Amino acid sequence: MNQKEKVSFWSRPVVQSIAASVLCIIAGLILGYIVLAVINAKGAGEAIVTLLKNFMTYSAPAAQRKYLGNTLVKTAPLLMCALSIQFCYKVGLFNIGAAGQYVMGSGMALYAALSLKLPWFLCVLFAVCAGAVWGLIVGILKAYRNVNEVISGIMLNWIGLYLMNMLLTPVKEVASPYTEQVMKMNKAAILPSLGLGKLFSNNNYVTIAIPCTIIIAIIIWVIQNKTVFGYELRATGLNKDAAKYAGMKGNKNIILSLMIGGGLAGLGGAFLYLTGFEQWSVTQSSVPGMGFNGIAATFLGALHPIGTVFSSYFIQHITSGGAYIDKVVYPSQISDLISAIIIYLCAFVLFFKTFINARIRARQERDLEKVRAMREAEEGSVNREGGEQS
Amino acid sequence: MILLIQYTILFASVLMLVALGGCFSEHSGVINLGLEGIMVMGALGGALTMKYLPEASGVFVIILAVIAVSILSGVLYSFLLAIAAINFKADQTLVGTAMNMLAAAAATVFVKAINMAENPDNVSATIQYIKPKEAFIVNIGSFQFNWFMLVALLALIAAHIVLYRTRFGLRLMACGEHPQAADSVGINVLKMRWAGVLISGMLGGLGGIVYITAGVSEWKFEVGVAGFGFLALAVMIFGQWKPVNIALAALLFGFFRALSNVYTGFPLLASLGLPGTIYNMMPYIISLVVLVFASTNSRAPKAEGIPYDKGTR
Repeated sequence: MNQKEKVSFWSRPVVQSIAASVLCIIAGLILGYIVLAVINAKGAGEAIVTLLKNFMTYSAPAAQRKYLGNTLVKTAPLLMCALSIQFCYKVGLFNIGAAGQYVMGSGMALYAALSLKLPWFLCVLFAVCAGAVWGLIVGILKAYRNVNEVISGIMLNWIGLYLMNMLLTPVKEVASPYTEQVMKMNKAAILPSLGLGKLFSNNNYVTIAIPCTIIIAIIIWVIQNKTVFGYELRATGLNKDAAKYAGMKGNKNIILSLMIGGGLAGLGGAFLYLTGFEQWSVTQSSVPGMGFNGIAATFLGALHPIGTVFSSYFIQHITSGGAYIDKVVYPSQISDLISAIIIYLCAFVLFFKTFINARIRARQERDLEKVRAMREAEEGSVNREGGEQS
Repeated sequence: MILLIQYTILFASVLMLVALGGCFSEHSGVINLGLEGIMVMGALGGALTMKYLPEASGVFVIILAVIAVSILSGVLYSFLLAIAAINFKADQTLVGTAMNMLAAAAATVFVKAINMAENPDNVSATIQYIKPKEAFIVNIGSFQFNWFMLVALLALIAAHIVLYRTRFGLRLMACGEHPQAADSVGINVLKMRWAGVLISGMLGGLGGIVYITAGVSEWKFEVGVAGFGFLALAVMIFGQWKPVNIALAALLFGFFRALSNVYTGFPLLASLGLPGTIYNMMPYIISLVVLVFASTNSRAPKAEGIPYDKGTR
């Protein structure tokens, strides 16, 4: 009896997904530890602990809250990128262009704030539109010209990066390659805090962006699971031809979902740069990793909008934690390495689930077989008894 | 002008090598989006070889050793794709993307660790190879001939012959078109796909070292290879998965990439007064435009991207 309950526990998809993600994290951390140990065996254990502690490295609770705030500020854009990728993946599209859509959103938000001196809600609108346009291009190319969305996405990432560098060069600081500070130049463009900063020891970077991302994640879950539109998107993702046969407009859904995905990633850009937490470097020559880390968060979150909230926080937690590692001994990119290992391991999740399910099914069949054999034996003996009686 | 030709050929060599790699992998039925990462690993292997080879070694030794190590690094790294995509039937897009991120992060961590061990103040992820790089260059007048150009040409000829003139090549292509049919006549599909992926690792690794030695004498491993692996995939699609067409497509893309290195040398282009960023964007824009026209009537191998399951036979 006890065993049967256990079986049904492991066959639940939620349990399997969480177990798979936790396994990926553990394996990723172990491999990360090995890499650290190869570089320098002495401090490897401590370094991994530092990575996991992140803001808890500080002993004062006030400082802890403040740096938890900083981690959350950077989780918001990451979560938006992850949601963008998740949303498109449900339609069967791998939106690696989220990185570029994020870049477009960041750049346009800063452009609206610094060059056009617009208030924050218009800056946000600019960012969403810019991201959506970048997604739209990928969508149109995919739907009508059969262009692989991964390749066009990557190309647009680079085009977007150079475009934004060019656009923001006029508003950069004189002495540095960084854009002017939004806080100083246009205070109206800073996202409202609504007193949230006070909860994190007066961390001014904590704004409505953080609760907004979580609300958006919930909205996405509702759209995907409770609306006709979401149902159509999932159907298109599962089998494009079958969806078409059932009267759904596949091309329209592809374009629409990439547009929404682009808008989400663009919003992520606004959510970071309109807090004034970071400045854009107009000489940067590689696409910001936010969109790519979003891929890690998406898959670690088992492709579920709510799961993504937690996985985004985890990825950002160890990325921020990387900054506290002893830089004299270890490169801080070790956290990027661990996220990359985690993504690679996520590729095995499907196999892991099939394997577990196959074992569960095999066990169930064995149990059934046993029951049947027992019943047959019983019936046989009953028959025999009956035969004797007649 | 000679400089433009020189850079065009160099960048075309890179794109062609990597695109041929992608071509082998896709003909066997596996989409290799991890080429970018494979290039980084090949580049890392080659750069480290140049760094650690004794300076007195002959030109011939340097060339052979660098090529061999780059190829080996690329092949070893492509194991990651082969195991996941072929044996574990994983999502090939996801694996490829993970490989790209992994390579960039691993190379950065690795090079930084080496630099920091040598000199605690050096936290850069840069490897210099000014001296050994000269082994690859032969000056013919003002044209700098690079041995890698010859290597690329040989690879092109070999790829064409292997794909269309050998039993192995034809079988490989069968596995990408209709693996069930191939299996039914006794071809080991999984083995052929492994071969395809490993060959792509070989050519990708080689392409990586050619890329980081083209025009510069040190490499910052933080930047990876700047989307070149994906440009190569665009080249492959434009070349319709055929080696000779790939070579022509590579020349076109190489030309636009070379322009961004040398445009200041042309009075006409310089007088246009366009910012340098425009030229940096050029290869990516061109490849988007090209993809728009090359993808509709795509001659992609029919079974690419689908893990082979014996049960579907």
